Formats: sequence, C-alpha cells, structure tokens
Amino acid sequence: MSSVRAEILVPGQAGEGRALILSAPISFWGGVDPKSGRIADVRHPECGQGIAGTVLFLPGTIGSSSASAVLMELVHAGHAPAALVLHEPDAILLLGLIVAREMGWQTPVAVRLPRDAFGSFRGKSVRVGADGEVSFSG
Amino acid sequence: MSLELTANERRIAGGADGAAMAMRIVAESAALLGAPRLIPVASAHIDGALYHGDSGTLFAERLVDGGARVAVRATLNVGALDLMGCSRVRLEEPQRSMARRMMDAYRKLGCEQSWTCAPYQAGHRPAFGSDVAWGESNAVVFCNSVLGARTNRYGDFLDIACAISGRAPHYGLHRPENRRATLVFDVSALPPAFMASEIAWPVLGSLYGREVGGSIGVVSGVARDPGEDALKAFGAAAASSGAVGLFHIAGVTPEAPDAETALGGIAPDATIRVTPDMVSAAQARLSTAQGADRIDAVAIGSPHLSLAEFDALERLIADRKLAVPIHACTGRHVLAALDRDGRRKALEALGVMIVADTCVVVTPILPDRSGGVLMTNSGKFAHYAPGNTGYAVLYGSLADCVESAVAGKPLFAGTGR
Repeated sequence: MSSVRAEILVPGQAGEGRALILSAPISFWGGVDPKSGRIADVRHPECGQGIAGTVLFLPGTIGSSSASAVLMELVHAGHAPAALVLHEPDAILLLGLIVAREMGWQTPVAVRLPRDAFGSFRGKSVRVGADGEVSFSG
Repeated sequence: MSLELTANERRIAGGADGAAMAMRIVAESAALLGAPRLIPVASAHIDGALYHGDSGTLFAERLVDGGARVAVRATLNVGALDLMGCSRVRLEEPQRSMARRMMDAYRKLGCEQSWTCAPYQAGHRPAFGSDVAWGESNAVVFCNSVLGARTNRYGDFLDIACAISGRAPHYGLHRPENRRATLVFDVSALPPAFMASEIAWPVLGSLYGREVGGSIGVVSGVARDPGEDALKAFGAAAASSGAVGLFHIAGVTPEAPDAETALGGIAPDATIRVTPDMVSAAQARLSTAQGADRIDAVAIGSPHLSLAEFDALERLIADRKLAVPIHACTGRHVLAALDRDGRRKALEALGVMIVADTCVVVTPILPDRSGGVLMTNSGKFAHYAPGNTGYAVLYGSLADCVESAVAGKPLFAGTGR
C-alpha cells in the first residue's frame, strides 16, 4: 500500500477504480460520448476505452468550451469517473463538477498531482479519498 | 492568493434562489483559478443553450425556477433546433423536447434570441477595453482580438452564471498584462496572390492554432486589412486547432498598431516564419477525403454567414441549379434581410438549404450516410465535421464549393490543386 496526499481541486465523493492514464490531452466535447463515457475521438490513443468508474488521470484538456456540459452529463447519467486527477486546475472541465454539486448531484472528487507522478499508478486499483489522499494496492 | 468577495457578493451567494446559485458558481470558479476578486462584466454571450443531454436542461430550469434573470445584455449562441423552420433537424424524441425546453429556459432568463455563433455581426459589439463574459470559441477570439474587448474562454454554465451575477473572475485575458503577444507568426514570405485569395485566412488560421497552441501570437507581414469576414474565418479556424483566445495582427487589430506594441516592447520567445510549404501542408490537413470522386453535400457558414457572404454566394451560383445541396448556416439577423427581398426563396429554389439558429456540426441535419463526403470552405467545419457528422471532408474555396455543387463532383480551380 502506497499513498500520497493531493491538493483538492473540487471536493466530492471518495472513489475507487482502475487507473486510466490518458496518454494525450482530450477534448470532452466530441471526444467522449456523453451517453456512455466511452472515448470517441478516433485520433485519441485511448479511443474506445470507457472512463466511467475509473480513476481518470488527465494530462490536459483541449478544444471546445462545452467540456463542462459533457462531464456534468456523465455525472447525471451515472457514467462519470470514480475520481479525477489533473496536473493543473482546468477552468472549463471542472466547471461540470462545480455545477453538478450546485444541482445537488453526487460528484466525484477532483485532485491535483504532478504529471510525472501519474505513471506510478499505471495498472493499479486506485482510491482517492474525500480528503485528497490517493492510494493504491497491488 | 485567495478570493475576496465584497459584502454584497457574499450576501447574494448566501441566498437560496437562482441568483445565489449563479454567484456561487462564479465564486467557486474564481477560487479554483486563483482569481483574487470578481469584476463587473458589461455583457455575455451564452454557449450553454446547446443541448448535450438532460442535465443542462435541468440546470437552466433550476435557474428559471429560482427567479434568476440576466443582469447584463446576453446573446445566445446556436441551439440544437432550427426554430425558424428553414431546415429539418433529425433530433428524435425525447431529446427534441428536452432541447426545446432548454432553449425556452434561456429565453425566460432574459437572454436575447439571437441564436448565432457570430453575435458580433448581429449587433453585439462590446466596446474596446470593456470586460465581458463570452462563450463559444470563435466568438471569444473575435471579441478579444478584433473588437479588443476582454474575455476568457468561458465554459458552458459559467457563461450564464456570469450573465446573472454580472460578475466574472478577475484572471487571464481580463488583465492587460496577460494580453501581450509572446510569439511572432511572420507571413511576409507568402505570395501576394495567395494572401489575396479567399482560402488564405481560414488556412492560415488552422496553421496558426496548431503552431501557437494556447500562446498569444502577433501575425506580422500582412500588407492590408483583410476585412471582417476573413478575420472571422481566421479566428474560428485557429480556435478549433488550438486553444486560441486572443491573436494580434500587426497593423490590423486594435491592440497591435505594430508588432512591437503587441509584444509590449519585449523580444518574442520565438518567431514562426511561415513558408508556402507549411501553408500547403495545412491546407491538405483540412481535407480527410482527398481524391474523392464525388461529394454528397456542401456546408458553409461556420461561423454563421454574413450578408456579404450571401452576396458572394449568389454571385458565384449565378442562377444555376445545384446538383448537390449547399447547406448555408446563418443567424436570424441575416435571414430577416434575405427574406425581405425574396432572396431566400430564390436561393432555395436553386438547391441552397438555409440553416438558421443552429448548424450542421452541432445537431443532426445532414442525411445519415456512412462514407458521405462533405465539401466546405470553413476551417472550423473541416475540423469538426468528421467527428460530429461521420462525413469525410474536402476543403476548398467558396468558388470551388459552388462549382462542385453545380457539377455534383469535386472541382478545384485557381487554388493550386
């Protein structure tokens, strides 16, 4: 068992899931299917994988200002990641969580870790606590 | 640095109504971004009324139920339906009703029924130096770069929250020191004939966005002002291929009387010297269906067509019947003028399908055709059409698009292809 304390970007529910470490930045609008959480951008290296229920490590987001709408739709429909890990605050994507919280919906916690720390979680089952503690086993 | 709210802002945020919800969303975003305070905004342009799923409709209705109203002028970007009834949107129930409810909710919040991605050509032009909260990437980049008003790239829902609270986080492009160019994009080596062609600015925009990413650049070596529709096409293409919120063009845009001023008197981090080969490669990248021997449709109007662009379309069609339809996307501000002189009916009779309030990449309008080929003169359509419509794309000038639509097959003339 190994753990690190991360800065909380948007508070939310603790979550646990398989680590999905994206190898390229993604545009949620046009890049993630809001109905299923599957990565739909044919140019993205992880195209076809589902982000629902994973602990999602994001190396950055690009493109449309509707990323917030797609993430909120995933939260509302029950297809959101179990937790999000970003290397910097993303004003557009995380807005989806801020607004979903205002709506009273249960949202996953979003935390900040340096990008070079993402690799140590590869292939692990990761837990992110509501207090920002990121831990893995196995 | 932590966020400090005024007593009045704190009082509003502490309430239980729609205004409180909006103020809390603005304040939480400001805290996330490290903004020290909120600033008043003079207007907003709202991209959040496009249906992506039921959650967005429920949010807008919660604001309506909470008695919220916009505090500043707020125009609306495109929705998922053509409320003018010009084109048929193939959105099925129950999504169709939810999209309709969403558009109704934004109307009830006091937003103007503009339904266009070119609000700056529909009478919404904020003053130079004023702070505003705009969404929709092409509108944001035009507002900052061509009008010289100040906005960040506001995401869905923060745009309406800013409009209701009349406030925005003070960070990013609202601060003068963050509007300085750090890169030079030098186009002086490009042939004057290319620079005068219609495809120059959308192709250069696509290249520019890819080269600068999220940085601010100043374009140098431009001999004359290319005009507003060219700047619109440049910004839209740049904001599709990169995270561009602001560009400068030396001698053309208002914060760049010359390159040195745009750079703030500081040496640039890098100078990108644009060559004809780089331009050819950028132009080729806009097409995903090179070598196609047929086209199924033409789409123009991303951003929405101006009246001047309809004039050009009419001149090029010259009363000929089209073999494949041209989808011409525009706003109701232009539609009213076209209807007044009977021009819309004449265009429709020749095979132009006018699309108002929305466009062909944000909602299903094009026939569901696997392996379809779409031709366009828009760098932004070229970027988003493959992912959002399933059509492969051929990029050409407006003249190429018209000749191809008349012939029913791809024709390229005079652009070196």
